[in-house]
Formats: sequence, C-alpha cells, structure tokens
Amino acid sequence: MLLSEATHSAGFFFLAPWLVFVPLIGLLINLIFGRRFSEKTIGTIASLAAGTDFVIAVLLAWSLAAAGGHEAQVTLAEWIHIGNLQLDWTFRVDTLSVMMMLVVSGVGTLIHIYAIGYMHEDVRYKNDPGRYRRFFIYLNLFIAMMMILVSGDSYLMLFVGWEGVGLCSFLLIGFWYDMDTLGRPSWANSNAAKKAFIANRVGDFGFLLAAFTMFWYFGTLQFDGVFAAAPQASEGVILAVTLFLLIGVTGKSAQIPLYIWLPDAMAGPTPVSALIHAATMVTAGVYLVARSAPLYSLSHQAQYIVAMVGGVTALFAATIAVGQYDIKKVLAYSTISQLGFMVAAVGMGAYVAGLFHLVTHAFFKALLFLSAGSVILGMERGHHHLAHHGHGDAHHEEEVFDPGDMRNMGNLRKRMPVTFTVYLIGALALGGIFPFAGFWSKDEILAEAFKEFKTVYWLLAIAAFFTAFYMGRQIWMVFFGNERTEVAAHAEESPRVITVPLMILAALSTLGGALNLPGLHTLETWVEHTFEAVGVHLNVGEFNLTVALSSTGLALLAIFLSWLLYGRKPLQAGDADPLKKMLGPIFTGMENKWWVDEGYQALVIDRYNDLARFLAQTLDWDFWHDWFHEKVIAGAYHGLVAFLSDPIDRGLIDAAANGLARLTKNSAASLRRLQNGFVRSYALSVLLGVVLIMGYLLIK
Amino acid sequence: MAQLDFYTLLPTVVLMAWASGLLIADLFIPRDRKAWTAGLAALGLALALGLTLAQIGRTGTGFAGMVTLDPFAVLANSLLLVSGLLAVGLSFGYLRRRDIDRGEYYSLTLFSVAGMMLMTQAADLIVVFLALEMFSLPLYVLAAFARPQPDSEEAGLKYFLLGAFSAGFLIYGIALVYGATQTTALAGVVTAVATGTASLPLLAAGAGLILVGLGFKVAAVPFHMWTPDVYQGAPTSVTAFMAAGAKIAGFAALMRVFVQAFPVLGEKLTPILWTLAALTMFLGNLVAIAQSNIKRMLAYSSIAHAGYILMALTAYANPQMRQMAVSAALFYLLAYALTNFGAWGVVAALEKQNGGGLELNDYAGLGRKSPALAAAMTIFMLSFTGVPPTLGLIGKIYLFRVTVEAGFIGLAVIGVLTSLVSAYYYLRVVVVMYMREGEPEASMDGWHKAVIALSAALTVLLSLAPAALFSLVSGATLLF
Repeated sequence: MLLSEATHSAGFFFLAPWLVFVPLIGLLINLIFGRRFSEKTIGTIASLAAGTDFVIAVLLAWSLAAAGGHEAQVTLAEWIHIGNLQLDWTFRVDTLSVMMMLVVSGVGTLIHIYAIGYMHEDVRYKNDPGRYRRFFIYLNLFIAMMMILVSGDSYLMLFVGWEGVGLCSFLLIGFWYDMDTLGRPSWANSNAAKKAFIANRVGDFGFLLAAFTMFWYFGTLQFDGVFAAAPQASEGVILAVTLFLLIGVTGKSAQIPLYIWLPDAMAGPTPVSALIHAATMVTAGVYLVARSAPLYSLSHQAQYIVAMVGGVTALFAATIAVGQYDIKKVLAYSTISQLGFMVAAVGMGAYVAGLFHLVTHAFFKALLFLSAGSVILGMERGHHHLAHHGHGDAHHEEEVFDPGDMRNMGNLRKRMPVTFTVYLIGALALGGIFPFAGFWSKDEILAEAFKEFKTVYWLLAIAAFFTAFYMGRQIWMVFFGNERTEVAAHAEESPRVITVPLMILAALSTLGGALNLPGLHTLETWVEHTFEAVGVHLNVGEFNLTVALSSTGLALLAIFLSWLLYGRKPLQAGDADPLKKMLGPIFTGMENKWWVDEGYQALVIDRYNDLARFLAQTLDWDFWHDWFHEKVIAGAYHGLVAFLSDPIDRGLIDAAANGLARLTKNSAASLRRLQNGFVRSYALSVLLGVVLIMGYLLIK
Repeated sequence: MAQLDFYTLLPTVVLMAWASGLLIADLFIPRDRKAWTAGLAALGLALALGLTLAQIGRTGTGFAGMVTLDPFAVLANSLLLVSGLLAVGLSFGYLRRRDIDRGEYYSLTLFSVAGMMLMTQAADLIVVFLALEMFSLPLYVLAAFARPQPDSEEAGLKYFLLGAFSAGFLIYGIALVYGATQTTALAGVVTAVATGTASLPLLAAGAGLILVGLGFKVAAVPFHMWTPDVYQGAPTSVTAFMAAGAKIAGFAALMRVFVQAFPVLGEKLTPILWTLAALTMFLGNLVAIAQSNIKRMLAYSSIAHAGYILMALTAYANPQMRQMAVSAALFYLLAYALTNFGAWGVVAALEKQNGGGLELNDYAGLGRKSPALAAAMTIFMLSFTGVPPTLGLIGKIYLFRVTVEAGFIGLAVIGVLTSLVSAYYYLRVVVVMYMREGEPEASMDGWHKAVIALSAALTVLLSLAPAALFSLVSGATLLF
C-alpha cells in the first residue's frame, strides 16, 4: 500500500508523512538559505514548521475521531524486504500516536516561539550569534525525529526516531560545546553531551536486544505482528523482551540506573531542557511501554519490575531535588521523579493514568523550565546591566557569577511578576494542588497504585510529598525574601515573545486536568481505541477520595514545612541551607546526589578505564605490539628478509633477472644484425623456411 | 545464374570499376585539387562498403565455384573497406606535406583493396593467387611511391622482388595441390581427399608451399625479413594501409584455404604452424626491443602480432575449435587494424617533411607539447601491449583462450611471455613521450586527426562493451 492508496481512505491520514517532512523542509530552508536570514526569519520558519506539524496532528486527530478511532496505516515507501522480514516506512495513526503528536508539536511549537526570544539573548551572552541558526536547525530535526518515533508502525522505525532524538539530544546538550554552563571555556558541556549519549547507548543496546529477540521469536518487528505472535510465546521470551525494553526505557526516560545523564543535560539551552529533557523525548520510554502494553500485560513480573523501577526512581530523585541549588537542576531531578511516576503508572497497567500524567507534565514542566529560563535570563540581564553601568560588585563576580544558582536570587516576584505568576502556577501543578493539572493526573496514578501496588503507592506518595516540598523551597528561595545579590536586585522581566508562550502553558497547566476528569474520562475514551485494538483492556480509573484528600494534605503539609524553613525566615546571602543543620549528613547526601555519579565513577568508569588500560597497554601494546608483532613477527620477518634480500634476491634473483635482461638485449641486437638489408639474404631466409618445412613434411 | 555470380562479387567489381574511373578522372583534376581525388576515392570505398553491408545475410558461390560469399567474407571485406577509408583519411594531408600527392595513389589503393576483397572470397586456389597478385602489385608501387627518394624506391623494389620470390612458392604449392587432387577448387580438394583419389604427401607438400606464400604476406617468421625495410621505406600512410590490409587479406586467405581445404592435414601442419607462431612471436617481440626507429619498431610489432594470430590458427584442424579460432583471429585483426591506423597515424603526424622525426627520441616531450596526441599514442601502445581498457587486451584474451582450450599450453605460455617482453618497447614510447624533455612538432589535417581520434576512442570504448563484437565475429562463419 503506497501513499496514493492511503489517500483513498477518508480523512487526512495521507498527511501523516508530512509530520516528518515539514520540519525537515524547515530545517533545510534554514540550513541552505539561513545564512542570509535574520534571526526573526529563522525562528519564524522553524516555528512555522513546528506549528504546521501541530495543525497536521489536529487534522489527524479529527480524521481519527471521524473514523471512530480506527487506526490508519500510511505506507510511504518500502524499506526492508528480506526473506520473511517485511518492514516499510509505515506511519501508524492511532489515538495513542496522535496524542503524542499533539503533545510534541503543540508544546514544541510554543517552545520554538519561546526560543526565538530566549536564544536571541543567549547567543549574545555567550558571544556567538552565529549559532542561532544552528539551534533552530537542530530543534526542527528533533521534531522530525520525534514524529518518526511516535508514528512508526514497527519497533525498528520507532528505533530510528529513538536514535534520532538521541542524536538531537546530544547535539543540543552540547550546543555550547566549548564552554561550561557559565560560559567559561571548558569541555564541561560537551562532556555532558557525551554522558547523555553514552548512557543512552546503554539503553539503546537493551532496545536492540529486545528487537533482536522479537525478530527471532516472532519473525517480525511490526507492532500488530508482534502483538499477535506474543501470546503464543513462552513466558521467558516475554520477560526477556519486556525487560530488555525496560533497559531502553531507563536510558531514554532517565530511570534508575541510567538516569544520571539527565541532570547534566541541563547544560543545554533552557528551551532544550524544556522540550527534549522534560516534555517530549524523555517521555518516549513511557510511550514505549504504553505502546508495548500487549507485551507487558502478558507478564506480571515485568509489570511489577517496571512499576518498582518507576516508584523507586520517583522517590530517589525527589530526595535529591531537595538538596539542589541550581534552579534547573531542581527541575531536572523533579523531571526524573515525575518520569518515575509515569513509568510506575504504565508499569502497573494504568496506561491512561501514565499517559495523562505525561500530557499534564509536558505542560507544567515545560512551563517550569521555560520560566526558569526566563528567570535566568532576567538574572543575566541584571548582571549585564551591572557590568555595563560599572557599579555594584559585579566586577568581582564576573568570573564566578551563576545566574542559575537559587542562592543568588531572592525576591524576584517584584522584578519579574509575570514570570513569578506562571512559575507559581507550574509549581502548584507539579505539587499536585487542586485544581491544577498535576493534581488530577498524579492522583489518578496514586489511586491506581493504591488498588494493587501498595509498595509503589507508598513510594509515590512520599515522592509527592517531597515534590511539593522542593517546589515550595524553590518558590520561597527564588521569588520571596530579599535579594541576596546585586544582580537579583537588577533582574528584569522578559519580553513578550518569551512570556506569551509561558502564559499559554500556564493556562494549559491550570486546565489540563480537564482532559481526563473523573467521571468524564475523555482521554481514556480516546486512547481506549488503541489499547482495545491490540487486546489490552483498560480499567476505568476511579476517583479515590481518600487518596486525593491524603495526597493533597501531604502536599499542603510539605508546602507549609517549606514555608517554615524558607519562607518565614528568608535565606540571607551566604547562609547555609537551613535543612543542613536539621538533617546533617542526610542533607549532604541529597546535596551530593547520594554520590551516585561518584559511585558510577568508582564502580564502572574507573574499572572500565582499568580494563581499557589493561587491554590497550598490557595486552595490545606490550604483548601484542611489542612482543608478538615486534619481536616474533617483525623479528622473524626481518631475519627472513635479510636472508632473502642479500644472498637470495641480490645474489640469485637479481643476477638472474639482470642476466636475462642482458641476454634478451644482446640477442635482440645480434638478431638485428641478421637484418643486413640485402634482398639475397632475405630470400635465403625464405628459402630456409621452405627447406625446413618441406624437410619436416618429408620426414613425417 | 550470371546475375547471381555477379552479385557475389558486386562490391569488388564496383570498386575496381571505380578505381579505373578514378584513374581517368584524376587526369582532369589539377595538382592543387587532389582533395577531389581523395574524396572520390573515399566515396568509392564508402559505396563498396554500403554494398558489402547490403550483402549481410546472403551466401552463395559464383563463377563456377571460383568465389564464395559468406558471413566471414562480408566481415573481412567490411574490415578491409574501413581500413581503406582510414588509409585515405591518413593519406591526403600526409602526401601533400611530403609533396607526393599524386592522384594515382588513390586508384592504386582502391585496386589493392579490391584485390584483398577478392582474396577473402576466393574459393579456388587460382583465384587466391590472382587476388594475391592483384593486391600486391599496387602495394609494390605504393611502397615506392615516394620516388625519387632512395628509401622508398628500395622498399618498393625489395617488396617486389621478395614478393615475386614467395609468389613462386605459392604457385608451385598450388601446382602440387593440383597434382595431388586434379583440382584447384577448395571444395574439390576436400572431395578428392574424401574419395581417396588424392595423394596426401603431395597435398601436404603443396599446402606447405602455400603456407610459405601466404606466410610471406602476413610477415610470419622466417618469411618476414622484408617487413622492417619495406615498412620503414614506404611512405607512412602506405605502411599503415599495408600493415592492416595485407595482414587481413593474407590471414583471410590462410584461414579459408587451410580451414576449408586442408583440415585433413591438421596433424602434419599443426607442428609447423606451432613453430611458425612461436618463432614469429619470439623474434618479432625480441628484435623490436633493439629498434630505435619507430617505423622499424612498429614493423617488428606487426610481425609479433601476426604471431599471435598464427598461434590461434594452430588449432585450425580441430573441428571444435575451428570456428572459435577463426572468430578470435578476426576479432584480433579488427582490434589490430584499429590500433594500427591510430599508431601509424601518430607516426605520420610526427614525420617531418624531409622524412625525419621517426626516431624514438623525436617523441620526447610529446606529452607536454600535444597532450591529446600523446594520450592517443599511449592508448595505442597499451592496446598493442594488451593492457586494459583497450581492445588489444580483449583480443589477446580471446586468442589465448582458443590456444589454451585447443591444448597448446606451451604456445600460449610463449605468447604470454613474449607479450610481456613487448611491454618493454611499447611502454618505452610512453616513457619517452612523458618523461623526456623535447620539442616535437606534430602536423595533421582534420581528417588525419579524425582518424587518430576515432581509433583511440574505438580502441577504448569497444573494449568496454566487447560483447557486441564477440557476437559479430562469432557469426562470421566460413562457407563453401
């Protein structure tokens, strides 16, 4: 079935491939002609591409609704046809993929617009406006890859997008590859990019193993084919596939044990943190589990493991978030924690709850990151202002000033009121306060967990408590109290191109809960089609008042505690964190991320380096190169060569060859002398020939 | 019947008539308008070529079995006519430069081509002899065409004397065949052998002498000694024509007579052919090394190439290999003719008005002075050597394959080794052209350039798609 045939079916399904083409066209325009464009034009082209994708996604959703939720497959081209393996570039338009498309393109568009303003300032603070164009090229490439990821009809096509977004993530984390987060010359950012890439490679390896296993046992990688074959497979195979996939999930969606790359990924420009490392790419793992629901539903063991990984990650990351001072790092650990919620949800089989949280989280976490970006820019503006007006102590701080350190902020609500308002909305949504979006989605997860997975419930409930606490802490530290630095006192509000997307996201974060209100279950009804089609029955999520009240109570308690610690008696410049005194070593642990990076360093990286050094130095160099090659092979060879070249080659062969050549030339010269120019000699030669021939014939 | 007879020889007859007419017409063309004569000659050749091509697919015998028309003859005749055209293309400017642009040159060329064409169609030994003389006599004149230059006169005289000498052996051989079989018709010989009325020893002696006569024409060792002197002394354009045309005609007759009339003598003649081929390849290639004059070098090279073709024909008596040997020989003749005209064309271009410029050293610096000409010469030398991507390589592969499949491994080894030796003197030309300093002066008119360019292009391009040529020569079967 080719594209033209697909158009016969009703609706706009034929547009599906354009989800990929449009951003590619956008990036090609910017790539080829962008050099001559102004920044506005570049940003507009990229944003238009993302916006067009959103329109296409809406049209697809409309077509899908018109088709009664029945999925459509649009084949663009043949891809791999080897033996029984038939894989095409087929786009799968179903309620699940359309939901992801809407989130990716919708949030993506807003972030594109935001980035027009953000990057305009960022490239100037970093003194390299030439990279402006590159940023939007990468961003459009990311959208294209993300679309491949969510719309692929097979695990392999999904993997293409999976790797593609990984590449974009790498490129964008290392966007300021030659400096650190503070703009000083260093390889810190590029190291962060490498860390992300390598951690993801580990996960991708798991994904590949899963794909290989599926191909081996099911003979296909196409979703429907795999799901149809899976029930006949043995439990071990299903467990293997699902756990291998889980490795991929822990890489891409930053779960224990591979989450370590995400905090470092904050080295990328803030729109990247918002789009890729909060709203979209990192949810790919959640999407993968939801997409593979028919596989996970076959193995309770796998479901339990996934749920536990999610739950533990949620709590673990939340505790670390409490001890962070960098405004984006707090959000980064929060993201890991919230991804834990989602993974736990899909692991428990509460797919709707997980996806619901995925959507609302995309709204409020994008909002928080972008607002944080706005805060950082505001601080940068203040810093810039001071540096240029030559007063204050900005000069002394030139080298070390960190605009993202919350300890340098304070009372910003006065200087940045819009940012403060939207940040507050985001924080309330994340904290799970009624009636903001996060309340509904998080509660649905907790309610589901409460039913069967009590351990996970407790993990998540405590994590939710910490969530409210660290968000409260952040709000008090950043926006209340008094300005702890001159820079904070001179911070400035961001322009409309930045604040308008923030307001839209704020509205979404406020109202996003309406997507799946208890009793209405809009989202559930929507995605149900996809799950029912592959034989996964969804339970209608029930609203559990006890759970809702207790979690709200916990959240309010956490906020109150944060007020006690950070709001009532604001932090002064140079003060240590009040929790440090109270919790002592526990807080030190949180502050130092429980030394997980150090643990990896000691347990994995150093051992790996030792092994590499052993292999390189001892095995390869000393043994293989020095001894085997140099001594054994080269030595023997030299000996042989010496023998062959002197006595044999020069003495025998050269002499023979030269002798032969001399002989040839000499004989040629003497034969030439036969040619004496006399006709009689020539006739004699003919006669000689005649005599010889006749003589031979006579004898014969 | 008479019309059909005539039809079998139509191109030859037309060409003959055209040549006679041209001789008269030339009287009315002033000395400074000899381009007209050349043009008319080319027109006649083209006309004959057209008629020959019209004969494709037709077969038959004529004039009471004296001549035959078969695919082999059509292909050989086409090749001869193309050679004639290339020769005319090379000649006009060259003759003018050397101040010997006399009109009868073209008539003689046409007569010679007509004789060669008759040779390929000869089905009777008398016609073989007749045709041999018909194409040889104009060649003797042409060789001496640069009179009163002593070199050229000497060449003509030597060629004539030795030609007459070897023709004597040929006619004696024919007489012996007649004595053995009471016939001179090729078909008659076969019949006589089949019915047992033939005297085989006498037939073998006759065949041996015919081999001498034809071997002289194709310059096989030891009947080759005229070649360097004649090739060197004759005007270069004549040499080019002689080297290709006489070789094609000679081998065509050799193949027809031996393959058709003497298959029964295979056992007796094969060792002789083997020896002749080996000697020819060996001596031609070896002595070429010692030459410093490019014309002499190419003369020995032409001897060597005759050896390669003889090598394949050694298998002529093997019924399974017969057609393959003929096809391979035709293929090689085609490749050789193309490369030959190109190479001699370059030689003619560099020849000075006084006949100088023919030493190898005169080619020094050609690579820088006229890169295109040097590149073309490189192609021809590579083709002669048998290096890809040239037609010479494909031709050699074909010859060696036939030889090996026929079981003459030793001969094939000699062939390979001697062609290895040949690389020395062919590549020396390339080395001199590109790696020595010098100021060579090349002069050519447009037709001359076209011949060289066409030869170079075909030598390379045809080698890239040899399949069409293979099918062409495989279809060139010999019929009575």
